Amino acid sequence: MNIIQLLFWFLSVLAVFSALMMVTSKNPVYSVLWLIGTFFAISGHYILLNAQFLAIVNIIVYAGAIMVLFLFVIMLMNLNRETEPRKNRWLKMAGAVAGGCLLLVLVAALKETAGKEQFAMVNEGNIGLIRNLGKELFTTYVVPFEISSVLFLSAMVGAVVIGKKD
Amino acid sequence: MPVINYIYIAIALFSIGVVGVLTRRNAIIIFMCIELMLNAVNLMLVAFSKMHQNAAILAGDLAGNAGSDGQLFVFFIMVVAAAEVSVGLAIIVMMYRNIHSVDINFLNRLKH
Repeated sequence: MNIIQLLFWFLSVLAVFSALMMVTSKNPVYSVLWLIGTFFAISGHYILLNAQFLAIVNIIVYAGAIMVLFLFVIMLMNLNRETEPRKNRWLKMAGAVAGGCLLLVLVAALKETAGKEQFAMVNEGNIGLIRNLGKELFTTYVVPFEISSVLFLSAMVGAVVIGKKD
Repeated sequence: MPVINYIYIAIALFSIGVVGVLTRRNAIIIFMCIELMLNAVNLMLVAFSKMHQNAAILAGDLAGNAGSDGQLFVFFIMVVAAAEVSVGLAIIVMMYRNIHSVDINFLNRLKH
C-alpha cells in the first residue's frame, strides 16, 4: 500500500466519520465544527486528485465563508446549548432506515455497472490547475459566469429584504 | 485509484446527509446536511472529471483538457450554494424572529 492509497483511505475515513458525528451530535456548534472537518477532508481529496483550484475554493468558500455564517447565526440565536426537544424514537429510526435503504439501493445499482475498472487520475494531470480552469471559464463558460454574478446580486438583495425588520 | 472508490465515498456522504435531513428537527442542522449532500456530489464530479482525463490520455490526447467541464460544474455548484446559504439563513433568522424557535415541527401552519 503506497502513500497515495494510505492518504486516500485516511481522508475517506475522516470524511465519513466527521459526517456521522455531524449528524449525531446534539449541540449545533459541534455539528458545525464536525462539518468543517468533513470539508477539509474533501479538500484533501481534491488535492489528491490534483484539483488544486477547487481545493482552495472549497476551503475558502465552504469552510471559510459558509460555515462562519452558520456559526454566526447559531450564536446570534443563542442555540449553543442542547435545546432540541425529545423526539419520537420511532420516527428517528424510520429516518435512519430510509437513509440506509437509499445507501443499499445505490450500492446495489452500482454492482453490475459498466466502467467500474476505470481509473481516476491521481496526483497528476493538469486540468485542475488554475491556468487551465481560468482559460476554460472565461472562454467557453463566460455566459454562465456572468449570469452567476446576477444570481449573487439577487441573493444579496433577497437576503437583505428577507432579513429586514418590518 | 479506481473511480468506484470515490463513488462509494460520495454515496456514503450523500446517505448520511439524507439521514440527517430525515432525523433532525433543527432547521440549521437540516440545512447543513443539504450542504453535505452538495459536497458529496462535488467530490463525485471531480473524480469523474479526472477519470475522463485519464481516458483521454490513454486514447492519445495528451495536450487536450478533457474533463475540465466537470470541475467547472463544481465551481458553479459552489457559487449557487453560497447564494442559497445567504438566502436560506435569512429565512431561518426571520423564522426564529417570528416563532422564537428553529424547530421545524412548529412550521405546520399549512396543515390546519
